[in-house]
Amino acid sequence: MNTTLTVFLKEVKENLRDRRTIMSALILGPLLGPMIFIMIMNVVLTRELNKADQPIKVPVIGAQYAPNLVNALKQQGLVPQPAMADPEAAVHNRDADVVLRIPKGFGDSWRKGETSQVELIYDSSQSDTGSSVGRVKGMLESYSRRQGAMRLVARGLSPAMMAPVAVDERDQSTPQSRAGLMFGMLPYFFVLTVFMGGMYLAIDLTAGERERQSLEPLFANPVPRWKILLGKLAATCAFSLVSLLICVVAFGFCGKLIPIERLGMRMDLGVSFAAQVVLMMLPLVMLLACLQTLVSAFAKSYREAQTYQSVLMMVPIFPSILLSVTPMKIADWMYYVPLLGQQVGIMRLLRGEPVTATQIASCVVTGLAVAMVAMVATAWAYRSERLAISA
Amino acid sequence: MIEVKDLHKHFGAVKAVDGVSFVARDGEITGLLGPNGAGKTTTLRMLYTLMQPDRGQVLIDGIDVAKDALAVRRQLGVLPDARGLYKRLTARENIDYFARLQGLDEALVRTRREQLIKALDMADIADRRTEGFSQGQRVKTAIARALVHDPRNVILDEPTNGLDVMATRSMRQFMRQLKQEGRCVLFSSHIMQEVAALCDRIVVIAHGRVVADETPDALRAQTGEANLEDAFVKIIGSEEGLAA
Repeated sequence: MNTTLTVFLKEVKENLRDRRTIMSALILGPLLGPMIFIMIMNVVLTRELNKADQPIKVPVIGAQYAPNLVNALKQQGLVPQPAMADPEAAVHNRDADVVLRIPKGFGDSWRKGETSQVELIYDSSQSDTGSSVGRVKGMLESYSRRQGAMRLVARGLSPAMMAPVAVDERDQSTPQSRAGLMFGMLPYFFVLTVFMGGMYLAIDLTAGERERQSLEPLFANPVPRWKILLGKLAATCAFSLVSLLICVVAFGFCGKLIPIERLGMRMDLGVSFAAQVVLMMLPLVMLLACLQTLVSAFAKSYREAQTYQSVLMMVPIFPSILLSVTPMKIADWMYYVPLLGQQVGIMRLLRGEPVTATQIASCVVTGLAVAMVAMVATAWAYRSERLAISA
Repeated sequence: MIEVKDLHKHFGAVKAVDGVSFVARDGEITGLLGPNGAGKTTTLRMLYTLMQPDRGQVLIDGIDVAKDALAVRRQLGVLPDARGLYKRLTARENIDYFARLQGLDEALVRTRREQLIKALDMADIADRRTEGFSQGQRVKTAIARALVHDPRNVILDEPTNGLDVMATRSMRQFMRQLKQEGRCVLFSSHIMQEVAALCDRIVVIAHGRVVADETPDALRAQTGEANLEDAFVKIIGSEEGLAA
């Protein structure tokens, strides 16, 4: 039987018997992303939907000074709550998202035709109160506009005097592109899954074998080392590929579980999305397997290899951070950079924008080329005399 | 047959092997004796092509190690100093893996494996995973996988290291059997009695050099000591690192 195949089959069989590898490569790694994703999205979506649809409860202090205002707010869906002694503390302790305070002199200045003041008490550092505050503000402003217009009409002036410029917003984002913004973290989950899927094998098959002193007898067999290495790389790739497939399928189910269309958005995580993601990720599977093996060839022990892997794990984060921190325009050259190309491509797919065959091809071809270089480097490291010697 | 000519190997400033030459013949047991750190393991590693010598030549059955390492490894059965097994595989699976790497076809894998399991008396442990094996069971498995391709030449690095009395006895018995079968057996040891009891020829190494290459009887005669232990001490020049 072919050497590489023999090594591949043995490594797969051995690692399928290892509960820790199975847990990390085939369960935890691929399912962690989708699970976190579902949880976050469900919390975010249900909250947003609740806030938009339901009446909003706001404590009102001094409601008796402005009965007309309070009635108008009630019509817009505000449910006044009893006043409280210390609204600042209530907002700070998150007992209330926002408190409306109407001063004693509201009625007096109203009758004089002056500007009456109300206070909104809230804490903008608590981001989840933002939509409540925005809604109350909106209600107050529309009441103010309406009353202002009525005062002008009463004096025989056109309300248009008050609005020399009217702004009509035309948002060009599509439902998918808005969803894509929220899912900027998704490409990183795929990279992470590939990384986790192969990591334990890469460590175990090189640094682990060295530590357990089985590499020296293995190399005493009449086969070239690069054939052994190929078998080990193939086993590592197989695990991370299976991990990726599980992850992509799990995300497909996620798309059905999240009620995203209720926000007026649409997200397609179906078969064609999955196929294109897997295709773009293929070179990364190989590249990461090679890099992980290369790194663990320099480690003297399992533990040392784990340390190196955690440093290596930082590398795929960079494109994600780069793209989220600097608002770069997506350019064609990005598809030629491994990791960045995958990030950009998968983001476009999520936003429902097409990725051309040329773009996918450049992503795959340069990825494979870099993976080949990494493979040659790993083969070179495998030739080292010291690699086999455990002690 | 294993021929070693003027072998050198250094690590940094340390000359681990500094001009070692000897011949191990077919149908004989040759013992490589020396204190710890004398260069035995490094010498053996160059024989089974794990390391490249700085200088010198090694011929296994006439094949130059430097010219055709793969062919040499086919002629060798090696029990290295490192004898780690795959603990999630059974003893049988461990042996099969090496047999396939040796290029044996499946029928031959089976027959050779079963022969060795019988010869090494390990039928009771053959289908157990090697995790939790005793030292003796581990060595048996390691030897079985090293000899699965029926090699003419057998290199054993400290084969009785860590074995109890019974396991050591059966190991010696097994080595004699290999000799009976006409193989060339080369093993290293720092235990004099073992070498004295087994060897047809003793190569004594100290400080990376061969200091004696004789039959046990000739060694006694040469040093004028009736007792082998005293003979060794006299040759090596100190008692350091030798175990009785």
